[in-house]
Amino acid sequence: MANVICDETMESVAILAKLALSEEEKEQARKDMERMLDYIDKLNELDTTDVEPMSHVFPVSNCFREDIVSNGDGSASLMANAPEKRENQLVVPKTI
Amino acid sequence: MDIWKLSAVELGKKIKEKEVTVSEALEAALLQIEEKEADYNCYITVDRAAARERAQKVQKRIDSGELTSALAGVPVAVKDNMCTQGLLTTCGSKMLENFVPTYSAEAVNRLEAAGAVIIGKTNMDEFAMGSTTETSAYGATKNPWKKEHVPGGSSGGSAAAVAAGECFFALGSDTGGSIRQPASFCGIVGMKPTYGTVSRYGLIAYGSSLDQIGPMSRDVTDCAVILETIAGCDKKDSTSIDRKALSMNDSGWTGMDFSAALREDVRGMRIGIPRDYFTDGLDDEVKASVLGAAKTFEECGARVEEFDLSFVDYAVPAYYTIAAAEASSNLERFDGVKYGYRTAGYEDLHSMYRKTRSEGFGTEVKRRIMLGSFVLSSGYYDAYYLKALRVKALIKKAFDRAFETYDLILAPTAPTAAPRLGSSLSDPIQMYLSDVYTISVNLAGLPGITVPCGMTQAGLPVGVQLIGNCFMEKKLIQAAYTYERAAGKFPVPSERRGAK
Repeated sequence: MANVICDETMESVAILAKLALSEEEKEQARKDMERMLDYIDKLNELDTTDVEPMSHVFPVSNCFREDIVSNGDGSASLMANAPEKRENQLVVPKTI
Repeated sequence: MDIWKLSAVELGKKIKEKEVTVSEALEAALLQIEEKEADYNCYITVDRAAARERAQKVQKRIDSGELTSALAGVPVAVKDNMCTQGLLTTCGSKMLENFVPTYSAEAVNRLEAAGAVIIGKTNMDEFAMGSTTETSAYGATKNPWKKEHVPGGSSGGSAAAVAAGECFFALGSDTGGSIRQPASFCGIVGMKPTYGTVSRYGLIAYGSSLDQIGPMSRDVTDCAVILETIAGCDKKDSTSIDRKALSMNDSGWTGMDFSAALREDVRGMRIGIPRDYFTDGLDDEVKASVLGAAKTFEECGARVEEFDLSFVDYAVPAYYTIAAAEASSNLERFDGVKYGYRTAGYEDLHSMYRKTRSEGFGTEVKRRIMLGSFVLSSGYYDAYYLKALRVKALIKKAFDRAFETYDLILAPTAPTAAPRLGSSLSDPIQMYLSDVYTISVNLAGLPGITVPCGMTQAGLPVGVQLIGNCFMEKKLIQAAYTYERAAGKFPVPSERRGAK
């Protein structure tokens, strides 16, 4: 069965993905995704009714540690990577 | 003596015995870079000054007896998705074109603690998404055996640098075959360890439940020694496994003294060949080489037989669902706020996010982020993402069954030798299928190694892959070492061509 993705779904996926695609890119992305989903649909050939989803191969658990600072002050080198800064603070567009 | 042709361990020994200085070793690699880099483009960044300074320091510490490791003074290349303090780390993306990490990955720290000298950062598919190193924002890497062909990917820069002698060994990362497939295409040894064996701290995440760092080297001995250096439990990676604490009744096989497994002995070892790996998509020449390797194992005393692994055709679609889902989540952090690329023009916060990401990411990365966002979105999560996780459980079970009977599984590493540049990107699904034999190993968290086993008529290397049960790296190393000794060491490209 061929997957068809409607405009609305494409728009909501682009919002989730935080991408602004041009019309051309959007069409290409739609085609790519439809094709991938057709391919992924192959998984439906398998009956997995009684199979538990396996996220990790080994059991994972939270690793807790005491909240003690072990590294030094790296603010200068961290700020050196900032795309825009002022008075040792990151500059971002107005958020509220 | 051609220093650049030495293996890492051979070089380390000569440095220890004062036959070669660390600076001489470094200059030998830098000379290869000088001569070949314009052709191959293995590196995104080469830091000559820092490497030269470090070589001097390491030499002093070797002379004083402080550094005694087998890799002390040996120049290494690191894939550009591992953070290196103070050294540009781009992940092959425009998104991180100016990112200078404030800390180093744990694997890098361990190499440096052993006295290895980092030459630079190798080219890769953008964010490790690709199988040819052509999706890099910094140009494609060429295969040192044949310049018109890809080196494989995503660790293509590391594989090509090792093959070309532009370093003595390299680190790669493997999410679906990204160490083993390029190693196979470039005629070198590459290993993906059991998930959790090498810390992922400082590795820029792609598919976190699948990513593993591993060695890329000239031979199996190097591979074992490198792994011994970088493996180990790390509290900074919550999925890191304390293998010392594993109490398994395995007569020492699960230990991390990997170099102790460098022994020529496969007598009585049971090796299974999955019949369902040797089907339509497999190139005839590759098939013949891999079966030739199987015969060598038999001659060395292993018991080799065919079996049905099952679920082989489902590994690639399950993998791309899971990897895309994890990627879409992991790559959310690239927003242009604290580091990396930020778009020049925007109206508000959200337009900054969206424009930054649309301009900073390349086509393949955007394709996977879109797919991942889709399969995780409400209404599709169960049908796609959870379904893939259920299939992953079935694939793991199939391997568990196989390892009840076999010590190792022998398979091709890739269905073909290295394809021509530009022939893969037009059809993503076709490119994804080139990872069919490696991907299930990541899904099941298993260790896998590739060793060169032949050449095609066209003059491109072919690799044979050995897959072990979890924590059975030593079995892989012992078998691979035995095979390497029986088959003879694989040449470097220029020896085969008879060039300089």
